[in-house]
Amino acid sequence: MSGSTAASNISPEIVAQHGLTADEFARAVRILGRTPNLTELGIFSVMWSEHCSYKSSRKWLRRLPTAGPRVICGPGENAGVVDIGDGQAAIFKIESHNHPSFIEPYQGAATGVGGILRDVFTMGARPIANLNALRFGSPDHPKTRRLVAGVVAGIGGYGNCVGVPTVGGECNFHPSYNGNILVNAMTVGVADAKRIFYSAAAGPGNPVIYVGAKTGRDGIHGATMASAEFNEDADAKRPTVQVGDPFTEKLLIEACLELMAGDAIVAIQDMGAAGLTSSSVEMAGKGGLGIELDLDRVPVREERMTPYEIMLSESQERMLMILKPGSEDQARRIFEKWELDFAIIGRVTETGKLILRMHGDVAADMPVGPLVTEAPLYDRPWTKTPRRAELRPEDVPAVDPMSALKKLLACPDLASKRWIWEQYDHLVMGHTVQRPGGDAAVVRLPGKRKALALVTDCTPRYCVADPGRGGAQAVAETWRNLTAVGATPIAITDNMNFGNPERPEIMGQFVGCIEGMREACLALDYPVVSGNVSLYNETNGKGILPTPVIGGVGLIDDAAKSVTLAFKRPGEAILLVGETRGHLGSSLYLREIAGREDGAPPPVDLGAERRNGDAVRIEILAGRVSACHDVSDGGLLVALAEMAMAGGVGASAAAPAGVPAHAFWFGEDQGRYVLTTSDPEAMTARLGVAGVPARRLGTTGGDSLTVEGADAISTAELRRINEAWLPAYMAAP
Amino acid sequence: MQAAIIIFPGSNREQDVFDALTRTSGKPPLKVWHRDSELPKADLLVIPGGFSYGDYLRCGAMAAHSPIMRAVKERAQRGTPVLGICNGFQILTEAGLLPGVLLTNKTLKFHCKNVNLRVETSQSIFTCRYEAGQVIEAPVAHHDGNYFADKKTLDRLEDQGLVAFRYCTPAGEVNEEGNANGSARNIAGIFNESKTVLGLMPHPEDATDPLLGKTDGQALFAGLVGALS
Repeated sequence: MSGSTAASNISPEIVAQHGLTADEFARAVRILGRTPNLTELGIFSVMWSEHCSYKSSRKWLRRLPTAGPRVICGPGENAGVVDIGDGQAAIFKIESHNHPSFIEPYQGAATGVGGILRDVFTMGARPIANLNALRFGSPDHPKTRRLVAGVVAGIGGYGNCVGVPTVGGECNFHPSYNGNILVNAMTVGVADAKRIFYSAAAGPGNPVIYVGAKTGRDGIHGATMASAEFNEDADAKRPTVQVGDPFTEKLLIEACLELMAGDAIVAIQDMGAAGLTSSSVEMAGKGGLGIELDLDRVPVREERMTPYEIMLSESQERMLMILKPGSEDQARRIFEKWELDFAIIGRVTETGKLILRMHGDVAADMPVGPLVTEAPLYDRPWTKTPRRAELRPEDVPAVDPMSALKKLLACPDLASKRWIWEQYDHLVMGHTVQRPGGDAAVVRLPGKRKALALVTDCTPRYCVADPGRGGAQAVAETWRNLTAVGATPIAITDNMNFGNPERPEIMGQFVGCIEGMREACLALDYPVVSGNVSLYNETNGKGILPTPVIGGVGLIDDAAKSVTLAFKRPGEAILLVGETRGHLGSSLYLREIAGREDGAPPPVDLGAERRNGDAVRIEILAGRVSACHDVSDGGLLVALAEMAMAGGVGASAAAPAGVPAHAFWFGEDQGRYVLTTSDPEAMTARLGVAGVPARRLGTTGGDSLTVEGADAISTAELRRINEAWLPAYMAAP
Repeated sequence: MQAAIIIFPGSNREQDVFDALTRTSGKPPLKVWHRDSELPKADLLVIPGGFSYGDYLRCGAMAAHSPIMRAVKERAQRGTPVLGICNGFQILTEAGLLPGVLLTNKTLKFHCKNVNLRVETSQSIFTCRYEAGQVIEAPVAHHDGNYFADKKTLDRLEDQGLVAFRYCTPAGEVNEEGNANGSARNIAGIFNESKTVLGLMPHPEDATDPLLGKTDGQALFAGLVGALS
């Protein structure tokens, strides 16, 4: 018989290879009322993969605050949308490409950038900035150097070619990432707030259009691969990694934006994970409609591709659109101008079904609604992460502050990442006001005085020690970073990177981090508008540190009012804002100097966080602050050294009585800023009125950083130490 | 002055130079799409930075054979000034409007950073607002900016005063330390024989806005506007 929807031989082994459990398969059979064929099984498999269905995380993601006065569109669309005034919207999202990047670092990272760019311009925005957050294994691990080189080259290779500046990011090293690196990419775009494009299909009979690159056999089952643990065979999964073509992406951006300037588009969605399957099913599902596709019309670059392969391919740089009838020719002319494929491959129907035809056969016939709404939802068992003891300063050995500083500035996590960000074009488009290396990047909006401040951050060592504190701290630190440049934080996007959720302790980390993030988002009026979950970051049963990366976006009315962390001139007062108790638990000092990773992380007082930040921002916007830096990894002395190195201006400072010197200089108490001013008395008084503690730390000047009771170090020497590690590491054979 | 910017698929710094020219001349440049075989009337032709045609072949090689480049060559031969920046410089060498070739950086990596440049001559429409020997700062952002030509060509460029800019240290020393990418004799930009065509790897257009940092590139555009208006 010719109808290929007829039951084929679907053995339990084939079901297992598709990552479906027996229960999930039974559910699929019930939905169809028969056994699925291989194509249908493939579609169930990717739609119900962790990557596409969020089946382990959905229950908890709902806890996150997603509403706010500036939110135009929260999670659920391709990206989040916030109002930035003047009729403009910022559209942004962060997404992981962890598993592919470990298997094939250059292409994995490159296509991660390509995918997140598409999520943003799909909604009508011109991308104006890229950021990333990277985690690698121990520098001593044999794979680390090659992975760093490949990932950085891949991010640069793609972002540089499409001409979107890569303005910020972070990069840390820890043995827990030896077998599972993290590559999280974020894109920020700007659109007319009245012209946002969504993905819900509408209008039965409307044509379904395929544009962009051709479909090949690359990336088949990438979403399923990204939803499983690795074992020794990780390298054998290379064929599931897609190959990127940034040139085609650049053309696709220009063609889509040109078409979007008119009114031809009803709905549009990029073909990301699970390619044509997820884009068609999600568009139809959101519109409560059906969709019919003629797979013979899909532009392919390989011969004899099967329906299964076409539907599951993750070939890059492709989009699916639903157009208003009669606008096909106008759209075709635009895509032909940009030399991109354009094919009418189907139509929207009222049937509520996904019907695929090829070679005159029906290749799949399945109801769209249940495929989306009846996706498995798991309430995975979880156990609360045990509390760790709070450390007192006297529990941690004290060493000479300047020798500790030197060691910290050279450690992989604090060493300058210039080697990385100089490989990214961070200037193209001509609006980068603050370049990488500061607290947050500042990117002016084309044709405006105002600017967006952008940052990514997470402190996984806090998250593993206390997920609640760690989750709150990650959110708070991005809020503080944005504040430190003078911006008002608006909203975040989150990238939840965790181990195997089927283990209760991992699920407990996830739940704890979400609760901490929730508290911080609520306290700081800083909602989540988009995000991504990456689970199963685990190899042979060993998970990564819980890493909920936060991408923060803030707004500053006048880019010229933003401040940098660099000391500007000698003779200015250095103020420390916020309270210092000398919290050394889970600090970098503890790890790098004492060789320990124990103790509770610093508590996050969200009330103080907000008070301190709001007061600092007022001072910055009033033009009374010449330099500002948040105090985070490594503590106060590291912050001072970073300000001195950036400005090439030294400083002298002294620790007060009451807190042991090593705890004062290296404690990682939260909610703190260092700033410089010419009128410290008046500023301290104003901050005091706002209930914000501030104390004079010292004075800028000279060529050296000098701390009372220790040797001075020249700013040139500090720079040499801080800049040396990464280039030397990467140059080693 | 009316400038025209030639845009190839994959150009990506056209807006940067568009903004710099508009700010300086008060007149927005025309944008010319690569498939146009007719060039509009213009006082200056600009080939901007980017990755024309993806630069999957040698950088600039595809663009150099684009129909519009025939028209650009004709205009250049009749004396219309042409400015090629970064990928534009690569295209001009591939098109034979400038000698030499841009190889991969000696580090084999893409570099985006500010560099120091020594202005070699003020005797051109491009550099007339600088002093010979002046040290300026401007960003580079390229993977293949390592200028190479045979000794005879290099000697000829030097003898005829056709080297426009050289990479140097902040103090203006032209040496290995100041060489951003391994270029022969630290060459960052060159003229054609009539000094009406300039190709350079650094981005003067990204050093024209005080909000973004140094504005040492402004004099190049101001000089052009002064000379061609």
